[in-house]
Amino acid sequence: MLRLEKRRQPSRIWAWATPLAAVLATILFGGLLFMALGKDPVVAIRTIFYDPLFGQHAFFYRPQLLVKAAPLILIAIGLSLGFRAGIWNIGAEGQYIVGALAGAGCALAFYPMEAWFIFPLMILSGALGGFLWAMIPALLKVRFGTNEILVSLMLVYVAEQLLASMSLGLLKNPEGFGFPGSRNLQQYESAHNAELIAGTGMHWGVAFAFIMVIFAYVLLNRHILGYHIRLTGEAPRAARFAGVVPARLVIFCLGMGGALAGLAGMFEVAGPAGQVSIDFNVGYGFTAIIVAFLGRLHPVGILLAGLLMALTYIGGEIAQSNLGLPAAAIQVFQGMLLFFLLAVDVFTNYRLRFGRGVAA
Amino acid sequence: MLKRTFLTTAAVALAMAATGGAALAQEKTKVGFVYVGPIGDGGWTHEHDVGRRAVEEEFGDKVETVYVENVPEGPDAERVMTQMALDGADLIFTTSFGYMDPTINVAKKFPDVKFEHATGYKTAENVGTYSARFYEGRAVQGLIAGEMTESNIIGYIGSYPIPEVIRGINSAYIHAKKVNPDVEFKIVWAFTWFDPAKEADAAKVLIEQGADVILQHTDSTAPQAAAEAAGNVYTFGQASDMAEFAPKPRISSIIDNWAPYYIEQVKAVMDGTWKSEQTWDGIGPGMVGIGEITDAVPAEVKEEALALKDRIASGEYHPFTGPLKKQDGSDWLAEGETADDGTLLGMNFFVEGIEGEIPQ
Repeated sequence: MLRLEKRRQPSRIWAWATPLAAVLATILFGGLLFMALGKDPVVAIRTIFYDPLFGQHAFFYRPQLLVKAAPLILIAIGLSLGFRAGIWNIGAEGQYIVGALAGAGCALAFYPMEAWFIFPLMILSGALGGFLWAMIPALLKVRFGTNEILVSLMLVYVAEQLLASMSLGLLKNPEGFGFPGSRNLQQYESAHNAELIAGTGMHWGVAFAFIMVIFAYVLLNRHILGYHIRLTGEAPRAARFAGVVPARLVIFCLGMGGALAGLAGMFEVAGPAGQVSIDFNVGYGFTAIIVAFLGRLHPVGILLAGLLMALTYIGGEIAQSNLGLPAAAIQVFQGMLLFFLLAVDVFTNYRLRFGRGVAA
Repeated sequence: MLKRTFLTTAAVALAMAATGGAALAQEKTKVGFVYVGPIGDGGWTHEHDVGRRAVEEEFGDKVETVYVENVPEGPDAERVMTQMALDGADLIFTTSFGYMDPTINVAKKFPDVKFEHATGYKTAENVGTYSARFYEGRAVQGLIAGEMTESNIIGYIGSYPIPEVIRGINSAYIHAKKVNPDVEFKIVWAFTWFDPAKEADAAKVLIEQGADVILQHTDSTAPQAAAEAAGNVYTFGQASDMAEFAPKPRISSIIDNWAPYYIEQVKAVMDGTWKSEQTWDGIGPGMVGIGEITDAVPAEVKEEALALKDRIASGEYHPFTGPLKKQDGSDWLAEGETADDGTLLGMNFFVEGIEGEIPQ
């Protein structure tokens, strides 16, 4: 007879082995799924995981990997701080949108002036926009004890309406023949978040994502605030005895999550996307939640998880185009990753026992 | 700056060398399709995919088609197009308005690949545009709707307030009003092209407000299902025939028929005669089809509708013929005057009699 026994301490080995096991299980069952669809599973898996990195056109895909992963990593780092402390910001998508609107709005206010200070100002506005949007659930929670999960999630839909309104009204390109969407910032040199070195995919957003990984690592391991965050998540009562002020922590975690999501939105709108449009947001804010958990809420883990997630997107598109796999199959494949992660995660806290034991 | 240009050029040259080699090896003409929705949406993307399959059927072994569905507008679209071009596509159809700037960007990097962008206004040496005069179909639809309504309230599910959609509302309203002076339009903006849940909600709201005919400019069949559940409500298929809801609630439809155009363009690329053009075709050339008018519609109304269709097809009648005033009461078209394409393409006003404002 099989049974689960709770571990006294979460297993450190399993905590690190879980993501790997989840990836392997996803590859195995994804392969079976592709086989059921009549495709060669080995070719399909190779197309998704190998071709973007080492295939014939890898010179194009490798930089794209950074472009796709950067916003995911940036947002996930911000979210992970809150998640560690048990503060659940589910509305990063909205903070991403508002950050992009603030950044693009700042740029368009200066158009067509060319000046060195425009881009730094956009970075500040983007972060501030995301921060302020996150302050709504934060202050409501601190002041009235509302549930930040609901408030932050609902604000995503408000932000989407705001985005539509901006694309159709205030930020609409006056030379766009009445079509929705702002001017293209790629054609506005002072505001363009261009590649720092051509052909590498490295834009300021990628650089920031790397910097924030290091920042979060130092914060969590070397700073008293990081200690408080971890303590609150692991032992809330002990945290209060240690002098942690919950309200301040809520403000910090949601604010940081919002600011980083806002930054991600701003870098995206000024660079790869180029313009504010009705369908500007593509779900980075939600995917980042998966990335945060896949990376075990650890900065380095998030870095790797973000790159892995980006790989499945890019490889998934190649598989669609070259092998004729339907988009839904790719989404199922990505969903499997989280599913298996959660499933295997049981082993971090529980031990599998054979035979009869004392009733648990 | 100079260095950056050089590096980009080098990368592109490398890419061209790679694709050029692939093109020589294969005799087949490779045609790519980028879709904004899933091919099973039953509407917009579905019809483009019908066109793609028609291309395969027409040319058999001489052509290879590839597609990627559910591609978000923005950097993801740019990556998918680049990937198709790298993998040797000779012609790429990009089938959503939001793909405009990405198409232009990618076209710049691949001067030997031809691009056809649907519903946009930017062209280049190797980028042509195509769209259909759906407003011609809307005229026929408006006439039937005006005749069929008993509550004199016609509901309209708008997607986004862009010229394309506004044209459709105006055209439908003008022709409903002609046969039924008491008719009133209620418009709900769904701010989506495809979201069955939102579309169903919009339809239910309109039905509650007394609408007994519903026109939609969104792509799913959810409004049809909502109308069927409500009982005495009529609808029209959008983009696709949606014949599964005939004979009631769906009493007719506007069908996008891209197949002849796609076949023609692929042929032109094969023959080396392709040129960048701006195509805007209607009922006459067959790009816009009117689906079967069912028996739920009285015979004399059906006859009237088909007569209008024939007059539009032959060019004898233009759906926007004066005297027409704008919503604010100012003059637009004098007696007998017809609207020019420029005004139609940028249409951002309602005609007199429609209530409500265009969201800004």
